[in-house]
Amino acid sequence: MIKLGIPSKGRLMEDTFAWFAARGVTLARTGSDREYAAEVSGVDGVSLVLLSAGEIPRELAAGRIHLGVTGTDMVREKMPLWFEKTETLAEMGFGHADLIIAVPNFWVDVETVDDLDAAAAAFRKEHGFRLRIATKYHRLVREYLQKHGVADYQLVDSQGATEGTVANLTAEAVADITSTGATLEANHLRMLSDGPILASQATLFASKVADWTDCDLAGLTRVLGLENTDIG
Amino acid sequence: MDRVRQQTERLSALFRDAGAVPVETSVLQPADTLLDLYGEDIRARAYVTSDPVLGEQMLRPDFTVPVVQRHMADGAEPARYTYQGLVFRKQEAGTGRASEYLQVGYEVFDRSDPASADAEVFALFAEALQGAPVQAETGDIGVLIAAVAGLSTTERRRAALLRHLWRPGRFRALLERFSQALTRVIPSVRAEVPEIGMRSVAEVEARLVALREDAQTAPLDAVELRALQAVLEVSDMAPIALAQLREIAQDLPAIKPALDRFEARLAALAKRGVDVDALPFSGTYGRTTMEYYDGFVFGFHAGNPVPVATGGRYDALTRVLGQGREIPAVGGVIRPELLEALL
Repeated sequence: MIKLGIPSKGRLMEDTFAWFAARGVTLARTGSDREYAAEVSGVDGVSLVLLSAGEIPRELAAGRIHLGVTGTDMVREKMPLWFEKTETLAEMGFGHADLIIAVPNFWVDVETVDDLDAAAAAFRKEHGFRLRIATKYHRLVREYLQKHGVADYQLVDSQGATEGTVANLTAEAVADITSTGATLEANHLRMLSDGPILASQATLFASKVADWTDCDLAGLTRVLGLENTDIG
Repeated sequence: MDRVRQQTERLSALFRDAGAVPVETSVLQPADTLLDLYGEDIRARAYVTSDPVLGEQMLRPDFTVPVVQRHMADGAEPARYTYQGLVFRKQEAGTGRASEYLQVGYEVFDRSDPASADAEVFALFAEALQGAPVQAETGDIGVLIAAVAGLSTTERRRAALLRHLWRPGRFRALLERFSQALTRVIPSVRAEVPEIGMRSVAEVEARLVALREDAQTAPLDAVELRALQAVLEVSDMAPIALAQLREIAQDLPAIKPALDRFEARLAALAKRGVDVDALPFSGTYGRTTMEYYDGFVFGFHAGNPVPVATGGRYDALTRVLGQGREIPAVGGVIRPELLEALL
């Protein structure tokens, strides 16, 4: 039996249902709205597990689910060696979001990550501490800034309302997911011009560490119209 | 395991015989000191934990910082210390590198004769590693610093280059930018955009002034730039490398005092029986390690990317941690587990 993990609520769940439905596989929640149980029809040998989108990378990495739908951002942030532990079966074309760095709009001197580095040096000299960047994507942001040789910054953890941290004086800049940029604009922030750290979208991942015995992946990919993938 | 313990003991005894006082440091170190020193990169490399009373703590990623702090607080001069114990470093998944490992170290705080102290540490390490199939590598961050500090350009540009000395990619990008005439259009502050956060509009203005000034700055002198690049490319046995650097100094005279120190060190090394004619020197050695070395740097390698022993001079670190006081310092560590694996 293939265990398929999908997001348990919201837009991401609905879009996932629609994506599978368009390929002849019906996923449906059973019982009450509050009960996290679901069933699959249109293909045999697949069972559904509803999970929070943020937990799906962990379950894939542990091999407790065979397939999972989540954002690329989640997998890269939460799963070291993601490329060894997972295989991308399909980019699903929704849930688009970019991980970006944004600074206050009035910082006209800071357009690129290069400028951010120079501003960070001056900021540290002036204030005696490193320029703070609020984010929940510590790993991705740190790797990006390290690769671009940025110094004199520090990451501060922000698990929500990240765009508000600058006005609240708990950070000088933010690194967060954005799809339209509207939240940034409303908070008087502007993204750097270098392009996103990562362009993310909802993706169907297969776990390479799960036990695939008695699982008919070829059967499922055929039904879904995907390329046949040899896992494990 | 027993052999590693014996190896650790042997190294420690050797360092004690050389006059070092054994010291111990806590495994838990205050994170803010280390973060301030190394920057955010250390958070990716050190284990961070929090204590309700002590605040954010790190499992010691090295001994140097606590040993320097201890010396700056109440050490008599001159001083020689040795320590042994575990350090903890997170490793990238898949590298297979140890995330906790032993270090045995030797540190010298002595302002009388830096060249002699450099030679003392190197010769002692060479002796400690005798019989192991290792190859020494050396460099001198001091020459590099002097080369940058000697460029005839603005103080701001020199400071920017020095700040990124340890990030070769960014350093190269800066050199490239400073070698061309700038075409960037410098914007002005727009009054209608709200000011938010701690970085003030005055700070933005100040940087705009800096950018405008920088746009007026002449590109780096081509002769000096070539000389700086030549310094980075030097790679030969130490005396030949020194001769090459002397040549380069004709175009970049600011490195002469650093070269005199290099020469004095070679003499001191030879005096201690080190065969300097067979000692490799590279202009970039030590440039991608932790950014506190600012003079002589050395390592002993055995083919493996992780060196068995490393060390160097870190005068500036004592200045940072000494709150106004400073003392020339040089030292290094040997990893007994790696050494034992070679024997």
